[in-house]
Amino acid sequence: MKLLEYQAKEVLASLGISIPPGRVAHSPDEAAEACAALGPVAVKAQVPVGGRGKAGGIKLASTPEEARRAAEQIIGMDIKGYKVPLVYCEAALEIAREIYLGFTVDRDARANILMLSSKGGMDIEQVASESPDSIARLYPNPWRGPLGFELNALVFQAGLGELGRPLMALIKKLYRAIPELDAVTAEINPLVVTRSGDIIAGDAKLEIDDNAMWRQLDLDRLYGSLIEGDPYEVEAKKRGLIYVSLDGEIGIIGNGAGLCMSTLDLVQRAGGGAANFCDIGGGARAEVVENALGVIMMNPRVKGVLMNIFGGITRCDEVARGLVTARDNLKMKLPLVVRMSGTNEEEGRAILKANGIEPGANAWEAAQKIVELTRAAAPRS
Amino acid sequence: MIVQGITGREGAFHAEQMLAMGTKLVGGTSPGKGGTTHLGVPVFNTVYDAVAATGATASGIFVPPAFAPDAIMEAAAAGVTLIACITEGIPIQDMIRVKDFLRGYPSARLIGPNCPGLITPGVAKIGIIPQRITRPGSVGLVSRSGTLTYEVGSALSAAGMGQSTIVGIGGDPVLGLTFSDVISLFEADLATDRLVVIGEIGGSDEEHAAELLGRGSRLKTVAFISGRTAPEGKRMGHAGAIISGNRGTAKSKEEAFRRAGVAVAETTDEIVGLLS
Repeated sequence: MKLLEYQAKEVLASLGISIPPGRVAHSPDEAAEACAALGPVAVKAQVPVGGRGKAGGIKLASTPEEARRAAEQIIGMDIKGYKVPLVYCEAALEIAREIYLGFTVDRDARANILMLSSKGGMDIEQVASESPDSIARLYPNPWRGPLGFELNALVFQAGLGELGRPLMALIKKLYRAIPELDAVTAEINPLVVTRSGDIIAGDAKLEIDDNAMWRQLDLDRLYGSLIEGDPYEVEAKKRGLIYVSLDGEIGIIGNGAGLCMSTLDLVQRAGGGAANFCDIGGGARAEVVENALGVIMMNPRVKGVLMNIFGGITRCDEVARGLVTARDNLKMKLPLVVRMSGTNEEEGRAILKANGIEPGANAWEAAQKIVELTRAAAPRS
Repeated sequence: MIVQGITGREGAFHAEQMLAMGTKLVGGTSPGKGGTTHLGVPVFNTVYDAVAATGATASGIFVPPAFAPDAIMEAAAAGVTLIACITEGIPIQDMIRVKDFLRGYPSARLIGPNCPGLITPGVAKIGIIPQRITRPGSVGLVSRSGTLTYEVGSALSAAGMGQSTIVGIGGDPVLGLTFSDVISLFEADLATDRLVVIGEIGGSDEEHAAELLGRGSRLKTVAFISGRTAPEGKRMGHAGAIISGNRGTAKSKEEAFRRAGVAVAETTDEIVGLLS
């Protein structure tokens, strides 16, 4: 779960890290009120993706009227597929210097990595490629966290020795997000040193491990329902399905993440594009299939559905039965192509044929067939 | 071998399948049920007890995600040297701690988590790979995906290309054995003469494996990468299948294999042809 900026900042504040004064605004009026209370503000779109500034999602306002106009423009805007639900109005800081501080998971090292750089305010990937030596790195022991002398060495290595004590204290506070909140990314960029010498989080990125939400119930309760992403993904999550929205026209159901991905690849190879996919997983039962087809069909862009099942643990006859029921219940008229192979394949195919669904011979032929059928089909009204 | 979580629904179901193909399953664990018998094998309260009584050296873990990290460490601490963790949904920070713990047990090999385990057709299996899709032979198969493993294994079997061993390393970002680790094992296994590597987007394990193969290999190898059309920043079902920036793309992985002189299949249907 990627938190919005204001949520991430609330969490940082709860860890004892200073954040600029700010207010959430759901409407232009609230943005004007925020500016009246805080003085000149940055009005910032709250979406869980980067690149807001470039997309026009951050505007400066020195008067309430300017804040109102900025919020009018930003709220409801689409940034990388996310409709902006609200803005965060934040008081401007008197910036003396900008630092980068972040934890993330280094997959190659199978460990958390802590990075600190005097070059803040820029994309860290860019800093890493342009001046790799300016980033100091530490792999803290995951059982005990970073020790004082390790952090001391880190701040000197980053050339930030003169900020040593306050910086080390701040890093220890941020580190708590890892063991206590299951953060897989906790980044402050820029970490601002103000003209008066305070160290304040200028921006904040916090991503919580989805696998750990069962023990991060407070975060889930506070923020889980507020991140407005793709409405179909939200609905699929409610139904307990693994679902991903894409931007083509063909709905895909498969069992297993790898198989789903390779099915998307086949559809693209055949000249089509996937609108979404739903992974019904191993051992899926009939009702899961029905649920999956329901979610796939919710998206009006879907002009046809391709189902690709390999029965290892999953039984093809069970899936076929679920599919026929689902199609009938949903009164589905769109082209439907099914490829199934593996456990109880013959029974599954027989059920499909008896119900007027022609099973494709193999995955590649099935992909070509659904692309052809959706091209021929009239657009959905 | 033993099954940790042998009295659970999944554990019991798959333990039965493992026994049915002749795997030497000698016991299981289930805290509080020690002293009983399940599926004809003794149940113990701890892995330590199970190892002491049976001499088991391998374990399959089928316990829920909240308990699986501890189960892995318990197995390593009890001297088990091959641990396959089938459990899906283990928090990343738990796995990072487990990986650190395992550094103290260098002889313990962990496969997974979030993986189908491993099978040597006609001999034994730990995990959930259906025996039906396999046949004994000399192709090594290593994969990050479960269903694609079954699909490709089945295609190989149908084409008469039996497998020496199939290993599913799992779809999580923080894993036990890597592609490179498993490829080195196949390299040393004289029953294997050809190799299929099924990777996917995310991370750079495939790139490292390609480098290893490029340094010289006696195995004829075909690689396949799923997720060529996946957009950046979307998690494609597996927790580990995500492209961030330019890292982890299918293109980068395919190019790495080609540079290493490894044939790259563009669809799973092409794998059998490229391997013959």
